[in-house]
Amino acid sequence: MTAGPAALRFVSANRRVREDRRFVAGRGQYVADVALEGMLHVAVLSSPHPAARIVSIDASAALAMPGVHYVLTGDELAAATDPLMNGLDTPLVRRHPLAVGQTRYAGEWVAAVVADTRALAEDAVENVDVTYEPLPFVISAEEALRPDSPPVHPAHGSNVLLDRTFVWGEVEKHFAESPRHLSFRVTWGRNSTVPIETFGVAASWDPWRDMLDVWASIQMPKYPDQIARALRIPANNVRVHQDVDVGGSYGVKRGIKQTVLVAHLARRLGRPVRLIEDRLENMGGGDAHGPDRIFDVEVAFNDDGIVKSMKIRALDNAGAYAGRAPFQLGKPIGAIVGPYRIESVQYRAQSVTSNKAVQEAVRGFGQAPTNYAIETAIDKVAAAVGLERIEVRRRNFIRKEQFPYLIPSGSTYDSGDYHTVVDKVFAHIDFAALEKERDRLRASGLLAGIGIAACLEPSGGNSSFEPLLNEKNTTSTWMDSCRINIDGLGFVTVTIHNTSSGQGHETLVATVIGEVLQIEPDLIRVVRPDSLACLPSNSPVGSRMAIMLGGAAFHAAQKLKTKLTRIGAHQFGLGEDKMVYAAGGVTDPSSGRQLGWAEITNIAHRNHHLLPEGMEPGLESTHVMQVPTGGKLPKDGRVQMYPCHSFEFHVVLMAIDPELGKPEIRRYVIGHDCGTVINPHIVKGMTLGGIAHGLGAALLEEFVYNGEGQLITQSFMDYLLPSSHEVPEVEIVHHCTPSPYTVFGQKGSGESGYLGAPAAISAAINDCVAALGISFNKLPIRISAIGDAIAEAQQAKPQKKSKEQAK
Amino acid sequence: MKVDLRINGASRSADIEPRKTLLDALRENFLLNGTHAGCEHGVCGACTVLVDGEPVRSCLMFAVQADGYEITTIEGLASAPGELSVIQDAFCETHGLQCGYCTPGMILAADALLRHTLTPTREDIVEAISGNICRCTGYGQIIEAVQFAADRLRKANTLRPHHDAAHHGHAERDTPAEGVLEAAEADEPVVEAK
Repeated sequence: MTAGPAALRFVSANRRVREDRRFVAGRGQYVADVALEGMLHVAVLSSPHPAARIVSIDASAALAMPGVHYVLTGDELAAATDPLMNGLDTPLVRRHPLAVGQTRYAGEWVAAVVADTRALAEDAVENVDVTYEPLPFVISAEEALRPDSPPVHPAHGSNVLLDRTFVWGEVEKHFAESPRHLSFRVTWGRNSTVPIETFGVAASWDPWRDMLDVWASIQMPKYPDQIARALRIPANNVRVHQDVDVGGSYGVKRGIKQTVLVAHLARRLGRPVRLIEDRLENMGGGDAHGPDRIFDVEVAFNDDGIVKSMKIRALDNAGAYAGRAPFQLGKPIGAIVGPYRIESVQYRAQSVTSNKAVQEAVRGFGQAPTNYAIETAIDKVAAAVGLERIEVRRRNFIRKEQFPYLIPSGSTYDSGDYHTVVDKVFAHIDFAALEKERDRLRASGLLAGIGIAACLEPSGGNSSFEPLLNEKNTTSTWMDSCRINIDGLGFVTVTIHNTSSGQGHETLVATVIGEVLQIEPDLIRVVRPDSLACLPSNSPVGSRMAIMLGGAAFHAAQKLKTKLTRIGAHQFGLGEDKMVYAAGGVTDPSSGRQLGWAEITNIAHRNHHLLPEGMEPGLESTHVMQVPTGGKLPKDGRVQMYPCHSFEFHVVLMAIDPELGKPEIRRYVIGHDCGTVINPHIVKGMTLGGIAHGLGAALLEEFVYNGEGQLITQSFMDYLLPSSHEVPEVEIVHHCTPSPYTVFGQKGSGESGYLGAPAAISAAINDCVAALGISFNKLPIRISAIGDAIAEAQQAKPQKKSKEQAK
Repeated sequence: MKVDLRINGASRSADIEPRKTLLDALRENFLLNGTHAGCEHGVCGACTVLVDGEPVRSCLMFAVQADGYEITTIEGLASAPGELSVIQDAFCETHGLQCGYCTPGMILAADALLRHTLTPTREDIVEAISGNICRCTGYGQIIEAVQFAADRLRKANTLRPHHDAAHHGHAERDTPAEGVLEAAEADEPVVEAK
C-alpha cells in the first residue's frame, strides 16, 4: 500500500494551503464572529482565594443593574448538571464549571453574570458580593504529596490522583550489572500553548425541537458526548457546529466547563448565550495550563556511554481538578526510551492535586517534558564518561536495520534512520565550523555553547494511555472518518468531522483524495457538517490527522475508485481487473475504449440500467479508520501506544552576554523525519512553530504562583510569549523514512519542533555556563535566573574575576 | 455618542459609548470581524489596524479617539471580493499563517512596513512584526511572506514613487499621509507621487 513519494503527484508537492485564502482576507469564521439573534453575554467572577469556603453569594445588586439578566452560581449549575468527566477513576474529585461550596484555586470561576453586552456583564460582576472563609491550601506538588497536606478534595482522601510504578524489563539486575550510575532532578515549569484566541463558546437551546446548538473554539475528542452527559440530555439533542475556525489550540481548547456553563444558561434563559473568555479569565480560570512536572532520574550505564537502564519518577502537579491531565503522564510511556536502545525502564507516574488552576492537554501530551528529562540524562552520561554528547547518542541510537523495534514498555517503533539524520544535519552545519564559531564567541568574552537533542514524536495514537492508567477504561480505538460524495455533475464534496485550529485538514484530505482519484485537488470541496451529520472523529490530537484523517480519506477514495472502475468495466462487459483507471476515467487497454469521469458519474446518478447487478446508485463512500497497530488493550503494564514515530534532531548555538544574562540563539538547525510529507508548507510551519513554542517553554513562559497561592503571571506583560525578536531563523534538514503502517508512509508532525526544542535550548545554555561550574535544572531558564547565577558564580571566584578585570 | 469615522475609505458613523474600544466598535458596530481580540491589553497585536497608515492596537484606542483618522482594517486591503492584495497573496504562497487569528494584524503590520520600503532587510521585517504575536508559525514563513511580497511589489509593472528612507523616515510617519488609503485599496504599496 505504501507508495514511494516519487510516484506521487499531489502528495508532497509544493501546493498552497487552501484554508489560507479566507484567513488572509480576515474572513475566518471564529466563534466570536458567530452572531445569534438575541444573544446574551457572560462574564465570570473569579475566586480571589486559592482555597475558601463559599459562605454566601449575594447577587441582588448585580441583578438590579439595567441590562443584567441572570447570575448563575455553582450550586444551581451543579444541581442541574452532572460533574465533568475525569480521566482517571477518581469519582470523588468532582469538577463543575463553577465552584460548588468551596473554591480550589485563585482564579476559579465562582459565578457567571449574563447581560445584554459583555461590558455590562463585566460591570455587574463587580457587584456580585461573595463572602469567603479562607481555607488552608497547597501549591507545590511535593507538599501536596505529603499526607499532612491540606487535601484539595477532602472526599477523595488525599491529593494523590495517580501513583503507579511500571517496571519494564530487568531494571534492578541491569542497575546492579552496570558499572556507572548517575541521578539528577529536572523540573518542567507550568506553561501552556496560550493561543492568541481565548476559548469561546456560544449556545442556543430550542425546547420545541429539543436541540442544543453549540458553536465553540474547540479541539476536544468526543465533545458532543461530554456535553450531553453533563447536561443529562440525549447525545442526538446536541448539535455542535464544526465549521468554526479555531484561533489556535495546540491541545488546550477543551472548554467543556465553559460549554456546560453556557449551554445551561441558554436552556435556563431561553436565549442564545455566549462566553468569550477575556485574557484574565483565560489564563487564571480557563483551565488551560500545561504539565508542571518534577523528574527524578537515575541512569545505569557503562564506561563506553552505553545506557542500559533508567529509573524515572515523574511527579506532576495537576492543579485543582483531575480532568484529562494525568493522562499526560501516560503518553510518554510510548516513547519512554526516546530513540535509544535502553533495555529496561522503571517509571513511576505520580499526579497530585494542588490549589493551582486545572491542567489541560498541551502539544505533545507530556512528551516534551519527558524528552527534556531523557536528553538531560544522555548529556550527563556523556559528561560522566568524557565522550562527546553526539557520540553517546550515536552509540545508543536504535539502528536503522533494527526496525520495527520493540521498546520495553510495549510499543513497537515503526521505522527510523537516526544516524543518517544526524549525519545530514552535521554535514549541513559543518559541525567543526560550528565549534570554531563557539570558540570564537568565547574568546570574544561571551559565554557560548552548543546544545543538541534527539527525540521522537509518537503520532497517530490510539489513546492507549487511557486503559493503561485507568483499568475501567476499555478504549481500544481512536478512529477517524471521511465521507466522499461525487454529485450528478461530477463534482466532489468531502466531509470531515472535526474542527481545525490551523492544521490544514481541508488541504490534507483534498490532496489525498486528489492523489487517489487522480483529479485536481483544488476542485474538491471540503466541508464540515454539524456533529449530528458527522461520522466518528476523535479530533486533531496526538499528531494524528495525516495518519488517521489522511488514511480515512485515502480508503474512502479507494472505494470510489473501485466503484468507478467497476461501472466502467461493466459498460465494456469486462472484469474490472482488465480495466485501467487513470485521471478519473477508465480504459480498456485491449481495445483502447475509454469512459471519462463525466460519463461514469452520469451513469451512477442517472442510468441504473447501466449499473452492475446489485450496485447501489450514486457515488458516495465513507471510511471509518481504525488506528494502525491499535486495537489491543494493555497487558502487564505494556501496550502499543502510537503507531508512528517521527524523529527530530536539534542543534543550537547559543551565546550569553555575561553582564546581561540574556541568551541569544546564534544558529538553530533541526533535522526532521516525519516520513512522507503530505504538504511541505504545513509540515514546515508546524516544525517552526513548535520550535518557537519550545523556546517559550525553555526561556520565557511560566504560570507562576506565589506563596499566597496567587497566579502572578496572568497577562502578556508577565507571561512572556516569544516574539519575532526571540525566535531565531531556523534551518530544517529533511529526511524521509516512510512508515510501513500508513497509506503513503506518512507520520505525524503536529508536535514537531516542540518536543525537542526545550531540551536542546536547555542543553545549549548549560554548555554556555559549564565553564562557570553552574547549570540549570529547571525550565523556563529566564534571563533573571541566568544573570543571577552568573553573577553568583563570578562572585564565588573573586580572584579570577579581578584578575580578568585587571587585564 | 455619535462618532464619525473613515474606515477603508468610506465614511461611517454610529452611536458609540465613549468607553468602547475601536476594536469592539469595528467588530460590533461596523461588522468588520477581521480585526481580532487577543489579549485586550495591547501586547499581542491581533487587533492591529492601520491609523493613517501606521499600525495601531485597536484594543488600546477608543472608537471616539479615531474620529478624523483614516482607519484601514484587513477588509480594506483586497481590491474586490474574492481578490487578494499582493501581500495577502504572498502569505498564501509561503503559508505564513496557520490558524489565521493573528494574520490580519500581521498582514497590516507588513503592509505598513512595505509602504515605507520595498527593500526591507530581515531585521526590518522582524522589527515590523515584533509587536504581533503568532503562536502557530514561529514567524519563519511570515518573514518569507513579507520578503516575497516586497520582491513582487518591487518587480510590479506599475508606477511607484522612489522610496528613500532618508526622505520618508519616521518623522513623516507621525503625520497623517494623504492618499494612503487609496494606496491600500489599489493594492499598491504607496501612491504618493504627485
